[in-house]
Amino acid sequence: MKIAVPADDRSMESNVCISFGRTPYFLIYDTETGESAFLENTAAEKHCGAGIAAAQTVVDSGAAVLLTPRCGENAAEVIQAANIKLFKTFNGSLQDNLDAYKEGKLPVLQEIHAGLHGHGGN
Amino acid sequence: MKQLLILSGKGGTGKTTVACAFIKLSRAKAYADCDVDAPNLHLVMQQNVQPIIKDYYGLPKAAIDPDLCIQCGLCMRHCRFDAITAAPDFRVDEYACEGCGVCHLVCPQGAVTLHPAIAGELKLYRNETVFSTAQLKMGSGTSGKLVAEVKKQLYEAAGDAELAIIDGSPGIGCPVIASISGVDAVLIVTEPSISGISDMERIIRTAEIFHTRIAVCINKYDTSLGNTEKIEAFCKERGLPFAGRIPYDPEAVKAINRGLSIADLDCASGRAVQDVYHRTIETLFDESAG
Amino acid sequence: MQAFTATEGINMKIAVLSGKGGTGKTLVSVNMAAAAEQAVYIDCDVEEPNGHLFFKPEAIAQENISIKIPIVDPARCNGCRKCVDFCKFNALAHTGQKLIIFSEVCHSCGGCALLCPEKALTEKDKVVGEIRRGVSQNVRVVSGILNPGEASGIPIIKKELSYAAEGDGLTVIDCPPGSACIAMESIREADYCILVAEPTLFGVHNLGMVHELVRLFGKPYGVVLNKCLEEENPSEKYCVDQGIPILGKIPFDKEIGRLNADALILAREKEVYRDMFFSLLHRTSKEVGHEAAIDS
Repeated sequence: MKIAVPADDRSMESNVCISFGRTPYFLIYDTETGESAFLENTAAEKHCGAGIAAAQTVVDSGAAVLLTPRCGENAAEVIQAANIKLFKTFNGSLQDNLDAYKEGKLPVLQEIHAGLHGHGGN
Repeated sequence: MKQLLILSGKGGTGKTTVACAFIKLSRAKAYADCDVDAPNLHLVMQQNVQPIIKDYYGLPKAAIDPDLCIQCGLCMRHCRFDAITAAPDFRVDEYACEGCGVCHLVCPQGAVTLHPAIAGELKLYRNETVFSTAQLKMGSGTSGKLVAEVKKQLYEAAGDAELAIIDGSPGIGCPVIASISGVDAVLIVTEPSISGISDMERIIRTAEIFHTRIAVCINKYDTSLGNTEKIEAFCKERGLPFAGRIPYDPEAVKAINRGLSIADLDCASGRAVQDVYHRTIETLFDESAG
Repeated sequence: MQAFTATEGINMKIAVLSGKGGTGKTLVSVNMAAAAEQAVYIDCDVEEPNGHLFFKPEAIAQENISIKIPIVDPARCNGCRKCVDFCKFNALAHTGQKLIIFSEVCHSCGGCALLCPEKALTEKDKVVGEIRRGVSQNVRVVSGILNPGEASGIPIIKKELSYAAEGDGLTVIDCPPGSACIAMESIREADYCILVAEPTLFGVHNLGMVHELVRLFGKPYGVVLNKCLEEENPSEKYCVDQGIPILGKIPFDKEIGRLNADALILAREKEVYRDMFFSLLHRTSKEVGHEAAIDS
């Protein structure tokens, strides 16, 4: 199973990015092989619909689970329609959050924030 | 970093005047001007360094190569933004072009290309304080993304500052929505006129979508005591904290024209804005532990 | 004094704009329309429309303004993703099973429907705002209102401008503040632009911006100085330096402020104000006539 996490940088020690739509990278971690790959998020530079485009990237990666600190309603619609499960990260490294997820310690992400109408923000 | 955004709905109520006073009173190390269409904060917050300037690329613009164009008119027929004209050659009006790419799609000759277009300029001033601002190029859309860039620039340069004051823009559209996202609190500066009240209600409705804390203050309140009372009653009814009143003050205009904030002079509006400042910080940031 | 009529067969569309909000665009445009014998007033500040608060028009005709948004026929969609890849605004996403369309991000360019090889995309209307037309004594009032959350007021402004006076008629266009795309759309068909400026540092700075805008569009223009005080007026100085005709000066006056704050139309309240705006109209008409003479 693959897990996607928005990442500030391309290393397991780097932090989970505070933004989903404009994260520079996505970590794609494969639980079966234990391999980590980093995808560039081309949505980060987009003008409109960054969340939607980022969600499309996550869908296309084949991830079944997304760990993220927050998610806008447009992105959430895509993620949930693709049956990807959403969990809420804490302020820490990718590795720490992955470990917490494996131990069942991450809560399900409940609060989907109102769409930013494609206008960006942090 | 806590962020306070100053908005108004209606233009000309005194956002920048209040923002400037707040920056001085709070000694904030970080501030930004998100009114990218008509930035004014830099006129009163004089900087003693040169800014770091960065081009801002908006949506791409289409261009038609007259050598390849066979004047079939398909592009013009399909353009939803009236951005293509036909006399004498087929050309793209860059001000109307939204970069959608439909003309490029339908052209049978490959005569249309999309090219990156500069839509504005970002400026960052760094000395003892960090000031982030931008100027949108005339006629541009995508002001929302530029506003997001102004804020991103601010966080990256001054993320460890305690408080950031952000001067917003009038209206309820694109740049306002982008400026509200992620801020902790909004102070709405209104004026006691029928237009001002109507616009205030619309901006409150817009800000409430984002669940930010909102407080309201009235500038030039003595130009209409009746309307001032209406606004205060409205705030009470809606449970919105009322941060205070600032009188109309000719000294304020003089201060601004000299590039000073009203908090720098001993004047009626300067004294009043201090109270508004304290009340705003108390009510909007009272759970400021963490 | 004789009521103003659009003289010499001029069909005159005057756009009133300012770089900065709150300088008096609505004050000037509402009162000019009111001081004329007959006029059409069009409020293009669709984000924060105010003209109707002054005119309080009656006999309202309301119409919704829509843009076209794609809808998908799932039976025809085979998931090829050409539309997702084409869309510059990222308004489309495909989950692997179905296509999702985000109408508030969509810019209504029509590209996806055009290129779908399976003809799975068609278009439907989405309301983005409305226009209300009514009458207030001598003025036909056209107000445009953008729904909060919608990105662009341009489709509303385009339709509003189609209600401008025909033949011998005066149309006054109250523009949005600034110089971005909606301001441009509002002045596109204007014969003449009045720039309203206040005597402050911010005012003159923003006057400079909107001055550039009208020159870019090749529109003839003049300035009305509002809220004038005794002191030196930086906006007046700018006009003199730049050779911009000053069409009129409105003093800073508590009574004007009070009447305006209560959404009263000065020109309908007192003769002296009606004369002031009548003179402004007359002066503007001469400028337009002058321009027409140069062009012909």
